[in-house]
Amino acid sequence: MPFEIPKLSYAPDALQPYISKQTIDFHYGKHHQAYVNNLNNLVPGTKFETATLEQIIKEADGGIFNNAAQVWNHTFYFESFSPSGLREPSGSLATAINKSFNSFSSFKEQFAKSSVTLFGSGWAWLVKKPDGSLEIVQELNAGNPMRKGLVPLLTCDVWEHAYYLDYQNKRPDYVQALWNILDWEIIDKRY
Amino acid sequence: MAFELPKLGYDYAALEPHIDARTMEIHHTKHHQAYITNLNNAIAGGEWETKSIEAILAEVSKLPAAVRNNGGGHFNHTLFWTVMAPNAGGMPKGDLLDAINRFFGSFDKFKELFAAAGMTRFGSGWAWLVKAGNELKITSTPNQDNPLMDLAEVKGTPILGVDVWEHAYYLKYQNRRNEYLAAFWNVVNWDEVGRRFK
Repeated sequence: MPFEIPKLSYAPDALQPYISKQTIDFHYGKHHQAYVNNLNNLVPGTKFETATLEQIIKEADGGIFNNAAQVWNHTFYFESFSPSGLREPSGSLATAINKSFNSFSSFKEQFAKSSVTLFGSGWAWLVKKPDGSLEIVQELNAGNPMRKGLVPLLTCDVWEHAYYLDYQNKRPDYVQALWNILDWEIIDKRY
Repeated sequence: MAFELPKLGYDYAALEPHIDARTMEIHHTKHHQAYITNLNNAIAGGEWETKSIEAILAEVSKLPAAVRNNGGGHFNHTLFWTVMAPNAGGMPKGDLLDAINRFFGSFDKFKELFAAAGMTRFGSGWAWLVKAGNELKITSTPNQDNPLMDLAEVKGTPILGVDVWEHAYYLKYQNRRNEYLAAFWNVVNWDEVGRRFK
């Protein structure tokens, strides 16, 4: 069963002006699709032929890992957004964020800093640790925190392709814009 | 003496249509300038402040990541601007052409291997043609690393480099890194590459 690219739950122009339709068309339509195609070309004949994406991410390396993780990471990223939704955490996630980062605004500051200071291509993550506490981690290139036993809750794609058409070198502006489209109802469910 | 942004030997629009003016301007005035500003801040007030960029890179493994990232960024972009020129492209000449033929079989084969090094660099980085002793080698490095760094896998003197960070090509080529790498041959300044080879 080949891997497939999941449909977006919103129109490609629905995240404007924060993420343009053009960026979604390339990012979802070309980059995400290319990782899916590459993975489907790479796994036949390997021990990962019948594996789940999660199994591949935990066990593979090289090209199979890179493409599998990029498929997973992009799906997780695109699913975090909605044109209208809860813009702040609530319930037990809000409590956990306050406990680990003091306040939601302090969390936003630390998450933005992690996203902006990651050098090169990669992903900044909010994760749940085995003891239930929260942490912000950086992963280079296709990196995914599930490999370290962490549960991803939220991610920011800082590959330049995620923001270059809209923000060019101004990565801080891109990261700031995401707070307007992140859907905390979805992120709550992951917690 | 703090590092400064070098002037380009040509206008931002001079490499059109292969590399667009907007990309050149942002790449030079924003990205390269940021590496220089951050490098100067990272070495301010210490013994490295008066060293050449080559001397810094040769011992970069002893220094903070900010020096590696921004020092590499400064050196790499400085080289990149000089190995491109308007009305350039074509073929290398003389000793450099002989060496390329000897180590890679032919100029066409060299172009194929160099482009493959750029295509297969996953994430951000550079592809290089390197003079290592009496040999020519093709390699690639992640992020802003380069073959002058003591921590590089393949060490030597880079004589040609192509930037495969997405910021180098995304405004014009988006996801089509292969088209950017193919267009690059039209702007390679082989006179400068030959000078660096000597």
